[in-house]
Amino acid sequence: MRKNILQYLEDSAARLPEKTAFSDGKENISFGELGRASRAIGSYLAARGIRREAVAVFMDKHPRTLAAFFGAIYAGCFYVCIDSAMPEERIKTILNNVGARVIISDAKNYKKAAALGAEWLLEYDDIAQTDIDEALLVSIRARQIDTDPIYVVFTSGSTGVPKGVVACHRSVIDYTEALCEALEFSEDTVFGNQTPLYFDAPLKEIMPTLKYGATTYFIPKSLFMFPVKLVEYLNTHRINTICWVVSALTQISALGAFEVCRPEHLRLVAFGSEVFPEKDYKLWRENIPEATFYNLYGPTEATGMSCYWCADRELSEGESIPIGKPFNNTDVFLLDESGKESDEGEICIRGTCITMGYYKNPEKTAEVFVQNPLNGAYGELIYRTGDIGRRNEYGELVFVTRKDSQIKHMGHRIELGEIEASALKCRNVRKSCCVYDAEHKRIALSTREMPRRRS
Amino acid sequence: MEKLIEILQELHDDVDFYAEQGLVDDGVLDSLDIVAIVTEIDSEFGVRIPPEEIIPENFNSAEALWALISKLDEV
Repeated sequence: MRKNILQYLEDSAARLPEKTAFSDGKENISFGELGRASRAIGSYLAARGIRREAVAVFMDKHPRTLAAFFGAIYAGCFYVCIDSAMPEERIKTILNNVGARVIISDAKNYKKAAALGAEWLLEYDDIAQTDIDEALLVSIRARQIDTDPIYVVFTSGSTGVPKGVVACHRSVIDYTEALCEALEFSEDTVFGNQTPLYFDAPLKEIMPTLKYGATTYFIPKSLFMFPVKLVEYLNTHRINTICWVVSALTQISALGAFEVCRPEHLRLVAFGSEVFPEKDYKLWRENIPEATFYNLYGPTEATGMSCYWCADRELSEGESIPIGKPFNNTDVFLLDESGKESDEGEICIRGTCITMGYYKNPEKTAEVFVQNPLNGAYGELIYRTGDIGRRNEYGELVFVTRKDSQIKHMGHRIELGEIEASALKCRNVRKSCCVYDAEHKRIALSTREMPRRRS
Repeated sequence: MEKLIEILQELHDDVDFYAEQGLVDDGVLDSLDIVAIVTEIDSEFGVRIPPEEIIPENFNSAEALWALISKLDEV
């Protein structure tokens, strides 16, 4: 039975050991190498008694980084991805929350990682080539179950403290199977990944790549500034599938790149996390008529994406792009303010996709991972998204707005309250207020400072 | 040139745009900045930067950007 996400990797590594699994355009890792390095890292960690705990991975976005993730899982641990662009304060809060004793780092981030004071600081190159203890890995696997955690992903928290969403094998397997069924990926899929590894968003590319023995390119972030170069990259690597945040897609359309070039191999364009401006959506559809377009929707708390809409009909003018219907084995319903099911209300999700809540944060967990109010008979957890949705005339779900002051900026989920709380930590700042200027896509922070003391 | 510096300062008021030569290479600008700069140059100078000119070399410094605007304005 499939109880562990590593089985996807093992199957593909046995079938296609030489094939490139992940690449950044310069360096590649094959399925065989990825499996071997992951097992070496897993053996190394486990031999040192590091089990059932957080392993922080502080590396640049690189094909090797995945071997560190999977190495942690081989050891029976879960990974927490740290990005060098995160403010140090945030990194410390995260590491403290998960109680990470171990950090795996690369040469480039080693110095920064060393300043964080973990018990074990391991450099990737030192542990990825070590011996594999097959017997040890087998004994760990024998005791692993599908509700063991795989990763903790941190999202913005309104009180200034980020919340760590804990996901297990079972919800990620469920997501992988449902996503692949709906979007019809295959061994020939070549993904062009845009989203950073410290979210659950890249599971869209990583998991189907493992499942089918497909290939994912990590597109360098700097290319997203220069649309023509970005399209050239897609063409060079014959990328046929992209799942990007809308602001990455509009970078190509709004800056006029379609006038001089087009992504020739694209057959599937999935987008989400933000509103797609009508003009840009139209430009994409017109310029790549051979591609199928999907709008995806879902909170990290329900593992990756929960709903999808296939753009198989024309939208009327001013009509919002629907989020469609839930993936297989996921159910979505709308609760109105009185707690009854309705055609407009809070989007609630139930299913195996529901994650295990927020790490060491039972209060916040209990607020949104709740007993299904429609079920008074037995224990059934649902996740209340805080998003308001409605059903349109086709019965499709449509995102309407947020219940609170959470925003989406360049695909990132941000609580304006977290920014306000962070500003208040600065010396002299007495009051702070944060608003989102949607027209210019800017976050504006206003602070009032303490009156200066007279000397 | 001063008008251009003003546009850039609007985006990053902590950068010395007269001196900085690595706006792209040093990671000062991000993708939203590029969109904002292209849009602002269009509305302030009436100059449309064609997609093939949106490349790192033209955005690394205010000077390079100004040279691009001047070149495009002549055509």
